[in-house]
Amino acid sequence: MNQRIHNSPRATRTAQRPPAERGPGAVAARTSLGDRWHSWLGHHREMAGESLRRFFATPLASGMTALVIAIALALPAALQLGLVNFQRAVAGWDGQPQISVFLHKDVRDSVVQSFADELRAKPLVADVTYISPDDALAEFQQSSGLADALTGLDSNPLPAVLLVRPRNTASADLEALAQQLRDSALTDSVVLDMAWVQRLAQLTELGRRLSAGLALLLALGVLLVVVNTIRLHIENRREEILVVKLVGATDAFVRRPFLYSGLCYGFFGGLLAWLLVAAGAALLSGPVAGLSASYGSGYTLHGPGISYLLGLTAGAALLGLLGAWVAVARHIKAIEPR
Amino acid sequence: MITFDNVNKRYESGQDALVRVSLDIERGDMVFLTGHSGAGKSTLLKLLTAIERPTRGSILVAGQNLNRLRNGQVPYYRRNLGIVFQNHQLLFDRSVFENVALPLSVAGCSKREVGRRVRAALDKVGLLHKEKHNPIVLSGGEQQRVGIARAVVNKPAILVADEPTGNLDPQLSAEIMQLFADFNAVGVTVMVASHDLELIARMKRRVLTLQAGQLIYDGIPSREPAYS
Ligand SMILES: Nc1ncnc2c1ncn2[C@@H]1O[C@H](COP(=O)(O)OP(=O)(O)OP(=O)(O)O)[C@@H](O)[C@H]1O
Ligand SMILES: [Mg+2]
Repeated sequence: MNQRIHNSPRATRTAQRPPAERGPGAVAARTSLGDRWHSWLGHHREMAGESLRRFFATPLASGMTALVIAIALALPAALQLGLVNFQRAVAGWDGQPQISVFLHKDVRDSVVQSFADELRAKPLVADVTYISPDDALAEFQQSSGLADALTGLDSNPLPAVLLVRPRNTASADLEALAQQLRDSALTDSVVLDMAWVQRLAQLTELGRRLSAGLALLLALGVLLVVVNTIRLHIENRREEILVVKLVGATDAFVRRPFLYSGLCYGFFGGLLAWLLVAAGAALLSGPVAGLSASYGSGYTLHGPGISYLLGLTAGAALLGLLGAWVAVARHIKAIEPR
Repeated sequence: MITFDNVNKRYESGQDALVRVSLDIERGDMVFLTGHSGAGKSTLLKLLTAIERPTRGSILVAGQNLNRLRNGQVPYYRRNLGIVFQNHQLLFDRSVFENVALPLSVAGCSKREVGRRVRAALDKVGLLHKEKHNPIVLSGGEQQRVGIARAVVNKPAILVADEPTGNLDPQLSAEIMQLFADFNAVGVTVMVASHDLELIARMKRRVLTLQAGQLIYDGIPSREPAYS
């Protein structure tokens, strides 16, 4: 039925056109396209404003939901931030594998020098650094703070060390090189620092996967929280949905306020999550600075910056929107006037 | 304007609510629908408003076959109807004005247009001075009139009402019926389901009577009730 009274109600009576001539487009044609676009935009703006108003109209309930979302998102975000900080802190360490060759204590300095030269000539070796027992002692005294105790010793207990930097980091080549070094008569023991580097990389990878898995799981949790919250909203506004459907609201029109509500929950949840992480970082920055100072490093904790703020709010808003969409798709169809 | 052709409606429960109903309503007519409780009055209006679909037969409204109406088109179809149903009443979380404005905001009217049309509709039902009230503070008759204002604010060509005078006293009922007659007088096709035989008889309009889903009477009753 697309017959309408355009100007005055009497128009219908005088209109003698057969009704069948008017197609389903008659209603749409009534208002110009520009007007429709404006009213569509207007409705979006109105719904965005209304969802905000509704969010703050029940601050306790809304805040609680947002906080649940925030906590769920703050956990993986904090883990991620911790990981980034850890990686940054250890970035100063040499990532290159290195082989420490501890020599027998009775080997003379000149022999060691020629052994080092011999090693430098090997194709597998990139560089060799020689640390004489005296150098080692001086360094140890400086870094350990045990200078007084050590000066009391009558002979230097430290062996000479050659730090061998391999040209090739493939583990088979490294093992081969380590074996060659072990076989030398001058060698007491050989330590492949590779193990540490590998362990560090694996630890980092473990942390990364853990935080990714946790993020995935908790994102799912956030989704469910939003789905449930929006489902309750829909239930609470059942009467209103019935009435607007009866007066000709499209599904899109009915969905809109709920989608904006989901967006709202997500956004504020994300914002709160960022604040939580930032507050946590601020609390920890003192102890971390102290700790790194005690290791002789000037490292300071990096807080969640603007990228975390954008990522968390946008990601959470998107999750909220998705959750609202799921709730709306499942529940609004079922509310039809009967 | 409205044509039912051999329409059957069987609910999922197996209840036959309408049986082979055929009728034709001209543009600008005012028609009453009566019958005992359970006769199928509401069902007929629900088919007309695309709330339910017929099991068999076809319904034509202004040349449009409702059987061919896709679900997505139903909202646009309803925007051309004014619907006054007893359940689905006013929303009490907003003002009278906002209640009446609903069909317009749904259809995407501009703000200026909404204000003008809502006031015109409220003026017609005599409630312009209560536009800022919450409908909960209004009397039953006033609430019903707000519902009617909401139904006509879109200037529909067809006005459909199911028991619009349900809980009202005779005087208020007569006023409400007169309101429908006024809209009819300016060209709106009106269809009202009602139990109130006395009132209907006084209106001297075409009456359709349903019994157990069948149309058993279609005409203008000639006799006035003996006591009126
Ligand atoms: N949704 C439904 N599901 C199953 N049966 C229904 C449904 N709606 C109505 N009916 C049945 O269809 C028949 C007609 O109902 P309808 O509501 O159309 O009657 P009515 O004439 O409006 O009655 P009343 O005067 O009491 O409002 C009744 O027997 C009723 O029980
Ligand atoms: Mg009924």
